[in-house]
Amino acid sequence: MDVDLNIARFNPDAEGKSPYRQEFNIEVNETDTVLDGLIKIREEVDGTLALRCSCRSAICGSCAMRVNGQAVLACNTKITDLVSNKNKSINVEPIGNMKIIKDLIVEFDTHWEKIKAIDPWIKTDSSPPEAEYIASNESMVELAGVMGCIQCGACVSDCTVLAVDETFLGPAALAKAYRFIADPRDEANSQRLKDLNEPSGIWDCTRCMQCVEVCPKGVDPMGRIMKLRDFAMEAGFKNTNGARHAEVFSEIIRNNGVLNEFWLPVKTFGMFNIPEMLKLAPIGLKMVMRGKMPPIFYEKIPGYKNITKLFEKTKVL
Amino acid sequence: MFDFDVIVMGAGLAGMRAALAASQNGSKVAVITKVYPVRSHSNAAQGGINAALTDRGDNWEDHAFDTIKGSDYLADQDAVEVMAKEAGSEVINMEHMGAAFNRDDQGRLGVRAFGGQREARTFFVADFTGQALLHVLHEQVLNSGVKVFEEWFVTSLIMQEGRCNGVVAMDMRTGELHVMRAKAVIIASGGVGRVFEPSTNALICTGDGIALGYRAGAGIMDMEMVQYHPTTLKNNGALMSEAARGEGAHLLNSEGERFMERYAPNMMELASRDVVSRSEQTEINEGRGIDGCVLLDARHLGEKLINERLSQIRQLGIDFAGKDMVTDPVPIRPGMHYIMGGIKTDIDGQTSIPGLYGAGETACVSVHGGNRLGANSLLDTLVFGRRSGEHASEWVKNQTSASVDDSYSKTDREAIQNLLNRDKGEMFGQIRLNLGQTMNKHLAVYRDQNGMEQAKSDLIELKNRYSNVIVHDKNLIFNTNLIFTLELGFMLDCAETIILGALERKESRGAHTRTDMPDRDDKNWLKHIVVSQINGEPKVDYVPVNITKWQPQERKY
Ligand SMILES: Cc1cc2nc3c(=O)[nH]c(=O)nc-3n(C[C@H](O)[C@H](O)[C@H](O)COP(=O)(O)OP(=O)(O)OC[C@H]3O[C@@H](n4cnc5c(N)ncnc54)[C@H](O)[C@@H]3O)c2cc1C
Repeated sequence: MDVDLNIARFNPDAEGKSPYRQEFNIEVNETDTVLDGLIKIREEVDGTLALRCSCRSAICGSCAMRVNGQAVLACNTKITDLVSNKNKSINVEPIGNMKIIKDLIVEFDTHWEKIKAIDPWIKTDSSPPEAEYIASNESMVELAGVMGCIQCGACVSDCTVLAVDETFLGPAALAKAYRFIADPRDEANSQRLKDLNEPSGIWDCTRCMQCVEVCPKGVDPMGRIMKLRDFAMEAGFKNTNGARHAEVFSEIIRNNGVLNEFWLPVKTFGMFNIPEMLKLAPIGLKMVMRGKMPPIFYEKIPGYKNITKLFEKTKVL
Repeated sequence: MFDFDVIVMGAGLAGMRAALAASQNGSKVAVITKVYPVRSHSNAAQGGINAALTDRGDNWEDHAFDTIKGSDYLADQDAVEVMAKEAGSEVINMEHMGAAFNRDDQGRLGVRAFGGQREARTFFVADFTGQALLHVLHEQVLNSGVKVFEEWFVTSLIMQEGRCNGVVAMDMRTGELHVMRAKAVIIASGGVGRVFEPSTNALICTGDGIALGYRAGAGIMDMEMVQYHPTTLKNNGALMSEAARGEGAHLLNSEGERFMERYAPNMMELASRDVVSRSEQTEINEGRGIDGCVLLDARHLGEKLINERLSQIRQLGIDFAGKDMVTDPVPIRPGMHYIMGGIKTDIDGQTSIPGLYGAGETACVSVHGGNRLGANSLLDTLVFGRRSGEHASEWVKNQTSASVDDSYSKTDREAIQNLLNRDKGEMFGQIRLNLGQTMNKHLAVYRDQNGMEQAKSDLIELKNRYSNVIVHDKNLIFNTNLIFTLELGFMLDCAETIILGALERKESRGAHTRTDMPDRDDKNWLKHIVVSQINGEPKVDYVPVNITKWQPQERKY
């Protein structure tokens, strides 16, 4: 069968240097992946097509790119899964949130800088035991789950926070941070959590799930970030807007059985935090004008006591 | 120009281990790698790493013997002893660095069985051991003073009066060539997989370092010993780890028979790889295969175990063969996997050229001889990576820097310019494919004189075609077209050493099985074959096998 690979191209050496699109019509086999198609193009049709790829078995992390708008590994994305009788065109672009060097090749520098920023090596105060550290198999299997990250950048590409704030550490670096904090052998948890609690850290994730969706290795970066938030609060790092937001959120529900959106931001920032209150004022005004302001006074739901009991039983916060 | 004490070419397990050791020993170290370190092919290792831990009731001598028997007695026994003795501390060291090895009930390191060994001594992280170790080692490199040149491509070694004084390398981002002076160079650039088509190896496994060593006059040893792995997928040659059989999966022929019963009644599916691959090939050749394959059957292992320990290959089966091993047997066949040979080194990584070291799959110490045991390669990379790093960093303390300047990149710059200027000829793609097909046809599981002669004359023709190769991409920034073309040049040289070595060995031993000379001949061929290039011409020498205490015996599994 034949398909059309519509590829986003960019040649930094060329005059004018503007990105363009090029469509290649190629013959492929049933079992071929998008990567097979791209390799065919660069070996048989157009040698100038630039992309990174190596292992062809979804372990080296080289060939992350956006296929039909979503970050994937080209080597485990089958062509037949993307085309139909009606539509035989596939859109291929470089991954997002990174600067393009050439065609499908992007700069990973910022990615590695963020990985380095979390001190990605095991830290211990005491010297290691003579033999191995004793640890449960469960703890290691759990750890291997996050260490299965291959640094392909798919999550970074499609992270909706990074798209608007490039200072955010991002899903890959935060998952890497989790790997150390969850490691029973690492002894620097408290410093690590303190650092992650800073702006651009764990509290900047908006929980859009995009990283979980695109991760080809099931690493679940967002799930790890949420766990890091728990760890940070358990370790007593509560003095951030994010932590207070979580606390106030549960406090309101615990006491009333229902969320009140007026008090949530007010209590999170603190009523007497004049600068923050002033910042909220324009949004508040707009909401009033559109009739969307939540009520200042509100009723507890009937049976709210049961909710309070639930909180006590499960001992959250 | 850059200047270092020690330059390591390669950021796989061998390269990074060497770099760490040299740096910890006080050297100013650089690593040059054509891909980001964690993209190195070491990440593909699935099954595990061997070590005989004494506190587990195992002992290094058993491991050494299994290795030597596996090698069909071609391994150098002094080197195997070193590897087996130092295995434990390397594995524990990786654990201390943070590798998440699977555990047993007591929380200690767990083991799985692997082929050719009487004891289960393979330590593992699910079925992505290589990736787990590579990332952990990379973490350590990030925390060291080692300078890593990422996506830099080594084009040649700087040789002066028979000594190696550095490398010339291209910054792929700019296409610029740089002279990089060093008192010692450690080549740790991995294997030659792509010389064969198909292969389990990554596209970057193009034998660059072996070819550079060959061109510089270093001895290249045991190259006829090419491992075909028994369980690779038909379509793309991807590997289904030996871990599957280690965990208890069976091999079946078209009649549903566990045919290994007839070839290796004791060890069955866990006989040495050369033995299992030959058995499969015989079944297929004699008409008991299915569409050129036999079946890997893991259904009886159950979904839970498969998910916990073989999840990665389960997915590979689903993605690339359309078979879920939980419910279906997976068609597999022998496929090119590993090169036992490489640049000849001693147990400290020293080659025949002063200032030049080798480690990992690129090197031939020789600990694998005629056939490598599964899970001994990762071990080889760590033990001999560390040893060469340590030795090189000691050695450079008494060396002064050679007088090298920027003019040393001139030859490569001109050669590349000529290549880019050429506009009539063919692209690298078909030449590479034809090379791979020839090698896979004539230097596979079974070989004979005619086939190997054919490969030799094919190679001459391929080299002729290569001398007219053209590069489509005329620009410098990230010119992967140019890089592949340079790699193909390296591959053709590696193929030459493989074919010459194979034609030379007039017997069957380990992975080198000749249908026209089916017996092992210890009287004449218990020796290594070393190929080197002198004044542009290949030359063949022999080196005796080092035997310490294990006399060659008949090999039965
Ligand atoms: C699918 C698969 C599974 C395997 N499973 C196992 C297993 O379970 N157990 C086991 O023991 N072994 C296993 N092996 C074998 C083992 O993984 C390899 O032999 C070993 O990892 C090789 O490591 P290395 O450090 O020598 O080279 P690699 O990891 O291949 O690294 C080579 C390095 O050299 C660099 N390089 C190469 N050329 C150049 C150049 N021109 N310029 C600059 N840099 C260059 C590359 O960038 C790379 O960093 C497996 C192999 C495969 C293919």
